[in-house]
Amino acid sequence: MEQLIEWIKQPWPWYVAGPLIGLTVPALLLIGNKSFGISSSLRHACAACIPAKIPFFQYDWKKELWNILFVVGIFLGGVIAALFLSNPAAVVVAESTQQDLAQLGITDFNSLLPADIFSWSNLFTLKGLFFFVIGGFLIGFGTRYAGGCTSGHAIMGISNLQWPSMLATVFFMIGGFVMTHLILPFIMALVGF
Amino acid sequence: MEVKEKIPANPVECEAPNMGKSGESGWKLLRYLIVGVLFGIVFVKAEVISWFRIQEMFRLQSFFMYGVIGSAILVGMVSIQLIKKFGVKTISGEPIKIADKEFRKGQVIGGFIFGLGWALTGACPGPLFAQIGFGYSVIVVTLLSAIAGTWVYGKFADKLPN
Repeated sequence: MEQLIEWIKQPWPWYVAGPLIGLTVPALLLIGNKSFGISSSLRHACAACIPAKIPFFQYDWKKELWNILFVVGIFLGGVIAALFLSNPAAVVVAESTQQDLAQLGITDFNSLLPADIFSWSNLFTLKGLFFFVIGGFLIGFGTRYAGGCTSGHAIMGISNLQWPSMLATVFFMIGGFVMTHLILPFIMALVGF
Repeated sequence: MEVKEKIPANPVECEAPNMGKSGESGWKLLRYLIVGVLFGIVFVKAEVISWFRIQEMFRLQSFFMYGVIGSAILVGMVSIQLIKKFGVKTISGEPIKIADKEFRKGQVIGGFIFGLGWALTGACPGPLFAQIGFGYSVIVVTLLSAIAGTWVYGKFADKLPN
């Protein structure tokens, strides 16, 4: 038992995590005919709290409560993992990535998110503006415009052999490559790294 | 189709529609919370919520994220094929229905925009919730901004190319 707990506390390899994430697809279908998707929860939040008579948010969001509960569950999963299953050792980041990021000014490679960027003290700085406010906005605007995110398109859509989802996923990746290689160096310099 | 009944004023696709016929309430809804909890734990334990993992992926310096997403798709694909082949029903006996995705320009433009945000924040919508739960409370700001982005899209949805 102790060994099992020890093992669970280690970071899980991709061939354990990936299939478990994939199993969410049949789990939600079998439980209640629900298609896996997460960014829709952001839309439901708008429909529930700030619909402002916008047609896009005029629908019965209460029927989609399951989706809200699903993301509340993801939040709680994060809490449980942090409290009981957390790995005390530092995150292992690929050597080449560490070198690249060190060149951009990142110094802290110990936690899941770099403390150089993701802390409250950066909120009202250019770092906060780009990494929290603009970054979040791009996620919310882009996923809704695309009609889904990594879960709804890349996993659910491609699993169901939908070519528009494949297309969307290709453009998720292109956007990510462009940001990482072409734009991020400028942002890092601009925000003062 | 049910989606149209559900969103009468606006039949724009929802990527995670509720295709269930019977209404669900109370403890039945809790099942989704439980699936979410398990899912969130996997996210944290595989370190999928790490900004560094996403950087490794977009720098092609680690196979990890490709392995996670690839094997997730493979398992999802096999599951859906099995469900279709054997006409598997939900636990309450309904035939399983999955809406098709229709092509829209948004998948290209919006997809690209989301990709920019994904690399910048190191998170897609799912990991945002797990990051907050894990203790990165400042990500609440990112989440609120993502909701604002969704709202702005909704506000101008009919003016954007699609």
